[in-house]
Amino acid sequence: MSTTLQSVGWGAVALLGAFALGLIALNNAETINAAWLVVAATCSYFVAYRFYAQFIAKTVLGLNSKWETAAVRKNDGLDYVPTNKYVLFGHHFAAIAGAGPLIGPVLAAQMGYLPGTLWIIIGACLAGCVQDYVVLALSTRRDGESLGTMIKNYLGKDAGTVAQFGILAIVTILLAVLGLVVVQALAHSPWGTFTVVMTMPIALLMGVYMRWIRPGKILEISVVGFALLMVALILGKYVAEDPTWAEAFTWTGEQLAWALIIYSFAAAVMPVWMMQAPRDYLSTFLKIGTIVALAIGILVTLPELHMPAMTQFIDGTGPVWKGSLFPFLFITIACGAISGFHALVSSGTTPKMLDKETLATPIGYGSMAMESFVAIMAMCAACVLEPGLYFAVNSPASVIGPTAESAAQVISSWGFVITPELIHETAANVGEGSVLSRTGGAPTLAIGMAHILSGAVGGKEAMAFWYHFAILFEAMFIMTTLTAGTRVARFMIQDLAGQINPVLGSTSSWAGNIIGSFLACFLWGYFLYQGVVDPFGGINTLWPLFGVANQLLASMALTFVVVAFVKNGYTKYIWVPAVPLVWLLACTLTAGFQKIFHSSPTIGFLAQAKLLQTAIDEGRVIAPAKSVEQMGRLVVNAYIDAALAAIFLACVISMLAFAVRAVRSNRTAPMIPGQPPIMHAAE
Amino acid sequence: MAKRKDKATKAEPENLISLWFGRVAEAGRLMCGVPDYDTYVAHMKVTHPDKEAMTYQAFFDNRMNAKFNGGGMKACC
Repeated sequence: MSTTLQSVGWGAVALLGAFALGLIALNNAETINAAWLVVAATCSYFVAYRFYAQFIAKTVLGLNSKWETAAVRKNDGLDYVPTNKYVLFGHHFAAIAGAGPLIGPVLAAQMGYLPGTLWIIIGACLAGCVQDYVVLALSTRRDGESLGTMIKNYLGKDAGTVAQFGILAIVTILLAVLGLVVVQALAHSPWGTFTVVMTMPIALLMGVYMRWIRPGKILEISVVGFALLMVALILGKYVAEDPTWAEAFTWTGEQLAWALIIYSFAAAVMPVWMMQAPRDYLSTFLKIGTIVALAIGILVTLPELHMPAMTQFIDGTGPVWKGSLFPFLFITIACGAISGFHALVSSGTTPKMLDKETLATPIGYGSMAMESFVAIMAMCAACVLEPGLYFAVNSPASVIGPTAESAAQVISSWGFVITPELIHETAANVGEGSVLSRTGGAPTLAIGMAHILSGAVGGKEAMAFWYHFAILFEAMFIMTTLTAGTRVARFMIQDLAGQINPVLGSTSSWAGNIIGSFLACFLWGYFLYQGVVDPFGGINTLWPLFGVANQLLASMALTFVVVAFVKNGYTKYIWVPAVPLVWLLACTLTAGFQKIFHSSPTIGFLAQAKLLQTAIDEGRVIAPAKSVEQMGRLVVNAYIDAALAAIFLACVISMLAFAVRAVRSNRTAPMIPGQPPIMHAAE
Repeated sequence: MAKRKDKATKAEPENLISLWFGRVAEAGRLMCGVPDYDTYVAHMKVTHPDKEAMTYQAFFDNRMNAKFNGGGMKACC
């Protein structure tokens, strides 16, 4: 194709994208079609990939296929394997995609669709994709070293220890908040609980099959497992309709929390082939399949979005979570725009499989653009609901009261008209007793997905099926993360304990295994349980902490990248990682600081503790707390949460100090033989 | 282009449908942490002809342990 034709083509894509962005920003009509969000996002990703990512590849990183990557030089057929780029793209995308990009946008929709959508698009193009991409490229040049090792090499051993400690704290809060999402989605829902419980015998069956009957045949048993899951999903409807069975599977939040903690402990202690591996396989395929189905559903039905572009809650008074647009929007949506966890994946297995350096562009930048698109779809799913219904599902009972009537009255007073009938009708359509105050994002996403998918297949009758399908899929992969995360936390704890007593550090020692797993479950279980019994809702406390933690990991990764640039005398294009880093630091530090010290008790933990303590001293009970004892526990929790936020802040600040020290010292990281310097001028 | 030390590759089918079906299956397995077994066997034949390649079952167990007992954070938010 001639260059003129190419320029015209790219010009057209850029114009279409700009037009769509303008349209979603300036829209004044009652509704807007989801197609415009999709077009705006897709065009932006394409233009950013074609121009910015290629600029980084050619000019900034100087990627060149003449260098033999570790996959080629150290090829062992196991860890280091040169892999087909499409296959590797699938692997990398599956590893970075998770619950985060689906839930963050749903929670952010309380400010309207516009702020979240813009942050997802701009954040991904300039920050998230860049982080994933550059870390992948640098790790490839360091023979696939992990982020932790690279931090140790470039910023010093103590920086590596701080990073490891930070990661443990982040995993703890991540698991707690994801557990809370599952609890909120399954509480008092016999249909949902039954199907999720059934995943366990199905996983055991798959494990036994793969161990003894047809060893290692992942794909065929996954098809069988999926079919059994669908049977469980259909049976769930009858379970929910039968009074005795429904009662047996109607669990309270507390019961579900305990069940999750015990399950995760058991799965972490058991041999992996029994439970963890088969569940992981099933949830991976379910995840990819559901994302594809959602994309097809949105493209086929092109639903209208009912949420306004911006709501009055950009001032920070929203019911779903408190805090103003800056900084809290930018930590609420983490994974769809930039996620520190991706830096761990990008310096994990993927760099050991890159056939050529240049493939870092499609795989690092491209996968993250796709992940960001998943976040856009989640935003669409949340915004297809009537705003009144969105707030009915997402506001805690302490704000909207316990009945459909009270909720309709409160929410209508905010200007989002809704009737109690619509709330009841929605609950009946999705086969649930109630949809009020089902916070955590998963139920909203499930209702939105049911709305979209039933528009494509099955019509209204199928809504309940699609709703529970969506709940099952979210619960499925969150629980996979819980078991995997518990295992990771266990290894980290054992690593620390091993420095005191080598027996505890051995990952094959039973005592070390059980003590480590118990401590890991205790850590996140504590925060989960605190969130479940929190009369103010829990999600509004834990999600911001999680967002701060996740962005903190991203800022650690970008700090390392900046240091790698500077240490190699490569300061000309330092703005590529530095701009997102400065923005992230501004968001995380402000948000962390506000979570601790903000004068409003709904935002600042210390103010909250003080308010409750004053009431306790005066013998008053503040609704929705029911007793002085409960308020005492809330005070303790507020102090613990404040301490956790302080730990996160300390991690970021010390990492910056290590970075400054590294830049000033003469120490350089040892070169990897046969590899180019981690940063070098383009040829 | 630097000279490749290891030219071991598995035979790819010529039929486009089988090729892409194979790629999708390969991607599916790799998502679960199990890289391509045929590639591994081809690699062993070329690079370590003196050593016995693992059976598929041993290879699968090896990869499963590497994925779940390796200690790296593989799960994402």
